[in-house]
Formats: sequence, C-alpha cells, structure tokens
Amino acid sequence: MTRRVVITGIGVRAPGGKGVKEFWSTLSGGRTATRRITFFDPSPYRSQVAAEADFDPVVEGLTAAEADRMDRATQFAVVCADEAVQDSGLDLTALDPYRVGVSLGSAVAAATSLEREYLNLSGGGRNWEVDPAGLSPYMFDYMVPSVMPAEVAWAVGAEGPVAMVSNGCTSGLDSVGHAVQLIREGSADTMVAGASDTPITPIVVACFDAIKATTPRNDAPEEASRPFDGSRNGFVLAEGAAMFVLEEYDSAKRRGAPIYAEVTGYATRSNAFHMTGLKPDGREMAEAIRVALNESRADPTAVDYINAHGSGTKQNDRHETAAFKRSLGPHAYATPVSSIKSMVGHSLGAIGSLEIAASVLAIQHDVVPPTANLHISDPECDLDYVPITAREHRVDTVLTVGSGFGGFQSAMVLRDPEEAA
Amino acid sequence: MSTSEEERAMGGGIPSAVRQTVRDAAREDGPAETARSGSSPVYVTGIGVAAPNGLGLERYWEAVLAGRSGIVPISRFDTSRYPARLAGQIEDFDASTHLPSRLLPQTDVSTRLALSAADWAIADAGVDASSATDYDMGVVTANGCGGFDFTHREFKKLWSEGPQAVSVYESFAWFYAVNTGQISIRNGMRGPSSALVAEQAGGLDALGHARRTVGRGTPLMVTGGVDSAFDPWGWVSHLSSGRISHATDPERAYLPFDREARGQVPGEGGAILLVEDPAAARARGARRVYGELAGYASTFDAAPGRVRGRAAHPARPRRGRAAGLRRAARLALTEAGLEPQDVDVVFADAAGVRDLDRVEAAAIRDLFGVHGVPVTAPKALTGRLGAGGGPLDVATALLSIRDGVIPASGATADVPAEYGIDVVTGAPREIRVRHALVLARGRWGFNSAVVVRAATT
Amino acid sequence: MQSTITMTIDDLHRILADCGGASEDWPRGADVHDRRFEELGYDSLALMEAAVRIEKEYGTPVPDELIPTLSTPRDVLDLVNGARPA
Repeated sequence: MTRRVVITGIGVRAPGGKGVKEFWSTLSGGRTATRRITFFDPSPYRSQVAAEADFDPVVEGLTAAEADRMDRATQFAVVCADEAVQDSGLDLTALDPYRVGVSLGSAVAAATSLEREYLNLSGGGRNWEVDPAGLSPYMFDYMVPSVMPAEVAWAVGAEGPVAMVSNGCTSGLDSVGHAVQLIREGSADTMVAGASDTPITPIVVACFDAIKATTPRNDAPEEASRPFDGSRNGFVLAEGAAMFVLEEYDSAKRRGAPIYAEVTGYATRSNAFHMTGLKPDGREMAEAIRVALNESRADPTAVDYINAHGSGTKQNDRHETAAFKRSLGPHAYATPVSSIKSMVGHSLGAIGSLEIAASVLAIQHDVVPPTANLHISDPECDLDYVPITAREHRVDTVLTVGSGFGGFQSAMVLRDPEEAA
Repeated sequence: MSTSEEERAMGGGIPSAVRQTVRDAAREDGPAETARSGSSPVYVTGIGVAAPNGLGLERYWEAVLAGRSGIVPISRFDTSRYPARLAGQIEDFDASTHLPSRLLPQTDVSTRLALSAADWAIADAGVDASSATDYDMGVVTANGCGGFDFTHREFKKLWSEGPQAVSVYESFAWFYAVNTGQISIRNGMRGPSSALVAEQAGGLDALGHARRTVGRGTPLMVTGGVDSAFDPWGWVSHLSSGRISHATDPERAYLPFDREARGQVPGEGGAILLVEDPAAARARGARRVYGELAGYASTFDAAPGRVRGRAAHPARPRRGRAAGLRRAARLALTEAGLEPQDVDVVFADAAGVRDLDRVEAAAIRDLFGVHGVPVTAPKALTGRLGAGGGPLDVATALLSIRDGVIPASGATADVPAEYGIDVVTGAPREIRVRHALVLARGRWGFNSAVVVRAATT
Repeated sequence: MQSTITMTIDDLHRILADCGGASEDWPRGADVHDRRFEELGYDSLALMEAAVRIEKEYGTPVPDELIPTLSTPRDVLDLVNGARPA
C-alpha cells in the first residue's frame, strides 16, 4: 500500500510581494517584478536586469545574530519554513521529531556570502593568496552549504532525515520529489521541503553573461522576461524561496489539516547531452513527464494546466514545447501552458518550488496564471501559452516541469485533493 | 560468526543483560520502520578510488594495509602564512592521461577526479554503458565544495579583469551538481540522477539514495562522492571550521580516538561505486560482486539545547550528539535485518576532535557494548575527504569483506580507556568480515550510516 | 577597432585548444577551413570562449548575434582578417 503525500502548508518569498497572498496576486494579476539591478551597479554587465525580492531579515523576525550568520538564501528558507509550518496548523511539539525531516533545494546556495567573503579576504580581488586575518567564522559553511537545511531543521525541530538536493535549476522540483519519496518509503511522516536561491550577485550575473543565457534587454526591465515570445533572448535572473509542509495523507486527514494538493507523481531524467545545451526534441523531459503521469495513474488528457519551465531562452522554450507534444500528444494543444518566470524571473534552484506553489494556487483558485510579455508568436512555440492575462479555468491536475544545467529534466504531477481522494 | 540464524532468531547465545541493553537502545532510538521501499539489498559491482594515498582501488588498498599515509605539506601554494599546512593531497594524478583534453578547460580538479573514478568503477564492473538502455542508468553523487579551485580563479578574474574575463564554463564547473552531470554525459546515463550536500555525511546519503533509486526500478546507478578545495581560499575556508589540526608532523597530525587527537586534516578525492539490482547484475553476468549495500539511514541531531531552533546559536560544535548517530546506526541495521552482534567491524566517522571522538565512542559503546566490536578509521591515512569520505570507507569495508582483514587506524595508538571501544591500531587485524557498519557525520548534526555485507548469492 | 595582425588557421586552432581543449577530431595535415566546428570537436561554448579571446588578442569585436553564424574556421578567419563585415 503506497503512502500518499499531500501539501498542507506553503511559505513563499518572491519578487513582487511578501508571502503567499501577494505572490498569487502578482501572478494572477500578470504583474512583472523584474527591474534594473539595485543590489550593485550593474553597468559593467551584459544583463542588467533581475527580479529582486524586497526582503529585510529584521522585519522578518530574524535576530541580529541569525541575520549575521545566515546567508541570504538561508534566511529566505528559514522564514518560508516558519511560514509554511504556521500555515499548515501543525503543532510541531506534538510530533515525534525523529519522524520529521527536511529537504532543501538550492543551486548556488551561499553565493552572496561567498562573494562578500572573497572580496574581504583577497583585497578586493587583487590577491590570489588570501589573507586569513579577515576570515569569517562562517566561511566553511558558505563553501559547504549544508548548514542551510540544518538551519531549517533547527527552526522546525526536525531530527529525521535532513537533505540538501543541489541539482542546479531543477533543485526546487527535485527537493520536493525527494521529500515525497522519503514519506512514501516510510523514512519520515512529515517533511518540510522546498528550495531557496539568492543568486543576484556579480559572480553569478557574470557567469550567465559569459554564456549569454540571460537577456541583454536592459532598456525595458519590466518587459525583459518573455518566455515563448518570438523576440525572447534569454532569462532574467531572480531570487526567492518556497517551502512546504508535506504529510502522509491519512495523518493529515486525521488532524483536519488544510490540504492544498496531493503530489501524485514525480520523475527526473537526464539528457546526457551537454552541460548547458538542449537537444530540440525534448525526449528526456518527455520521458520524465510520461513516468510522472504513469505514477499518478493519470492519462495525458487528465492534465488541466502545464506550469512550464519557460525560461525565455531560445533553446529552452523550443525544447520544452517539443517535450509537451511528445508526451501529451494532441492534448498538448488543448492544454493551457504558462511560465511564471515571465513575472518573477528565474531564481535557479528555487524556482521549481515557487512553480509548485503557483501550481497549487492554480488548483485552489481554478485560475491559470498568464505568461506576461508574450506578444509575438514563434512558429516553434505553437501551444496555448495564456498570454498576458490570467484565465479562469478548472484546474484539478497540474503538470509542472523543470530543466537545468547538467542535463536534469524533472516533472511533477499535483492534483486537487478532492479529485485525488 | 558463531551465532546461527536460528540462535539469532531465538536470542540464544546472547547474555540477557546485553539483550536488555539492546532493547533499551531500540526504545530510545524510536520505532524502527520496516516498510521501506528501498529495503531490498543492492550489489556493489564496481569501485573506482582516488585517494591521497593511492590512485586506483588496489593501490589504495595496498597503501592502507601497509599503513602508508597520503598526508603531506600542501604543495599547491605558499602556506607559510597559514596556521595549518598539512592535507591529504593527491600528487600523482595527471588528468590529461585519464580524460579527453576537451574536458579539461571546463572542469575543476574535483570533477576530473570524479570523472576518472567513475571511469574506473565502470571498467571494474565490466559494464558497457553504450549497450545498456540509457534510462536504466542513473548517477547520484555527493558534493561539498563544488568546483572550488575553479571558481576561485573565476572570482579572481571577475574582480581583477572584469566580467568579460569570466569563463563560459564557470556557470557549471562551480555548482554542486557538476559531477553528477558530467558523469551522466560522459557515459550516456539518462536515468534518475541527483546531487546531495551534507558535508562529510553526504557521501553515504548518495549511496543510500542510489540504493533507493535501484529499489524504485533503475537497475544500475553510479554513485559516491569526491571533494577537493586546496586553493588558498578553499584552504582558509577549511581553517574557519575551527577543527583543523595545526600539527606539523604529518604522521601525528590526525589521530582520531587517540588521547592526543588534535584536530582534523582535510583531504581530497573519494570513491565512485557502481551499484546494481542483483537480478540485473546476474542477468548481465557481472564479473564480481564486492558485497551488498544492505541498509542505510540518516538522522539529524536535535537543535542545541532542544531549544526550537533559531534562539540557539550554533557557533560551536555541540556535545551530546551520540543519540542521533546511534539512531542512524540502529535504523540502518534494522533495514539490513541485522542486530548489533552481527556486525564484525565499524568504520567510524573518526572526527579527530576530542569532544566529537568522545560522543562517537559513546554511540558505538552504547550500541555494541564495551569493546563489543572492532572499530577502525583508515581515513587517518587520507585525511577527511568531505563528500568522498563515506564512499571511500564503504569501498574499504567491502575490501575488508573480500580479504578478511580490518585495516588499522593510521598512527592512532593510545585510545583512552573511558572510550570503551576496541580501535584497531598498529597493524591490520585478520578476521572474517561479513557485515560492516560505516558511519559518517556532517557538520551541524548530519548522521548517516550504511551497512554493507558479503553478497548473498 | 580593426586589427592589423592576420589570423592563421594555426592561430585559431591554438585559441580553440585553449578554450575548448585540444580536440581529437581536428585532423592533422588536412584542410579544415570549411569543416563545421562541431565536426572538429568544438561546441558553442568553446566558440563563445574563443570569441572573447579573439576580441582581446586581435581587437576584432565579435558581437553576440554573430557567434551562431560562425560555423567554420573560414567564417572566423574572414571576420578577423576583414574579408567580412563585423
């Protein structure tokens, strides 16, 4: 008898607003949260736009000591974990801590702190041999960032399995998929899972500049992220986090928990092709979708909405469109597809979890968030991408997908708890 | 083993006091879950090792049995301004003789080691990856530092030459998933893949996840871990952990469980293993089976002082971690269907920091009784390899099973009596090994345990 | 800024080897001017990395939108040596 896993709590910090309500208001309103970078002077960089979150650790309730020791991405994760637990109504003190675990995704983890400490230690980048005098006591934890899930585990009192899943840009799907597996197999009953990344820092901007993966559309930052649009020319870097409480279905039901959705299927495959390149045929993503649907015992026609990876790079959007057609057949043309990256940008490892949150909210509201900035059609992207305006649409089953450097292709199926039951 | 299956089932041959202790421990450790989907054993059919005291499985094993250490003064940069100068350094690895030159501009030293170790593991297993179904092979590796040396060079270029100088390869040579991705690409493996980070515990987590993935239907997984960060920035990052030995004598720098333990020595390298579903391994006529990954578990230590999290400041290593480590060991044994008395050897985490050695000794003593099982720490000869440490210990445990010998723990000699553990010191101990328990702890409370056993055919 | 230094096929080969590794697919002694870079063992990343180097060494700007159109060594040599408008 397979244990079923449901989402009972959500915490979100994303560009455009604080918390789940404002996140949904941004998405359903089709508002874009991309802007010219304010965290540092972006003028020497090719891509000068990003989706920054307005986040103040003190306002968020972190102590000065916590704000000092935690990297920004950890701060996001801990705040979202708190919010998710609160949202779930779970009384952590009543749980067996051995049966509570954490699964946290992040692609570049403590990048912000790494860069700050690097500049401290190297005389502003002048010296190769760094000066140990200015060494932060937390430097090791920025290099080896497993302190991130540790901080979350401390925050929620978890003493079961604690994991950090770092699969690049699919981390946010894979960390939740990992948590689902742990509950199903019986290694934990409750998992606090999700992902966080805060990569808007010079080294990350520069490394995406180098491969021209981010957009140089600097003159109109709010229109810079344009997935599936014929004029798209790269993604917009972003930051954010989403954390969830995942529980075994029966115990969630017993305690009368608010059930947002059931995770009915998850799969990941690799393209084994290129660290950054994608073959246009979408074969491996299609396979991940097929396996996830199979696990959900769902026919392709059951999919009401596809929450796309939709990064806005030339190759991704074409690749993904091919994968949808390959896995769903003609139903791909009948299904609304949208990319929230058009509004909140691409927060690397975090975005998969933010997209799970968006999918769950789409189920809850029976509304499909739009793809903003989609004006010009592209013959290679010929599905229904819900341009500009959100759409009322019955959503019981969502397919959400991710694709990332290293070749990772992941898919997850989420279902309305009423329908799933 | 003197205890037969039946005796074990009856609890015969075991003093009742010990049985009582074991029951008490089981109660404290919490309910043992049995309904795990990953609970069927998987075979280890190939091993690739890149260790400071030996490149390649057999050279490493020879060095371990001979007590040869790979701990040396760091030669990659001038260490004179730093308070610690010793590391487990791999000195005889020339990437260009192992890998196509096209992979060199885009890889950190850690990824080159990981790719080579994966090649060796696959060759050792006699697997022809090109003839297997691509979706039937996956990759799960652990990573601690990412491509740190590589990324240090790119940080330097960014801040001394400007953004245009940053390499196109930085975006993936740095990140923690790089080894998984590169191994997958090099070998055409398109099955479920992942990368995990849990400092020194992460390598065992990768093995555990590979085992789970086989249990869920992927017949072959490449797994393990490799770490390296011996550029100047990586080195001071190690130093900031506050646990690094400042000793100057390579022989005496890292002495886990010794009365004179004075800290850790970081090392580089690790091991990559090929694990398979037993039926699939038999079907392809696997040439050898080193043993089984029979059990795995991970736990996390309570927040400092049981205060719910954020009020407590985790700036110092905490005492009293024994419970979490013992619980991981117990859960892994349960998953393997074994009792503590079935275990022939424990490969310890072996922190080399007195407080941490003491709590590990207590965990082992509580579970096995005073001097209840041989305990070894061959990592005293390599330094602590981060994500590579657990997989290398598992490889070593499998060789102990193969050759019936437990290696010694480097120069560790004088183990405090109050630890109450039987550390294998001085010379290897010849003994039949059927079941080994491998422990690993990651900084801030990660505990992982893997049980390996001789293959049941 | 237009360079006065001429780039030879050997120069290009050296830069590519630095940026993308020495390729086993680059045939010795054969005329490779019109072979596609993929056949010669260099992917789009190697080419992007090479573009930065070429700009630095030869002073020839290689605009982003031009890189995907550079598919053979001849394309690059023509660009750098001025037979083709940048």
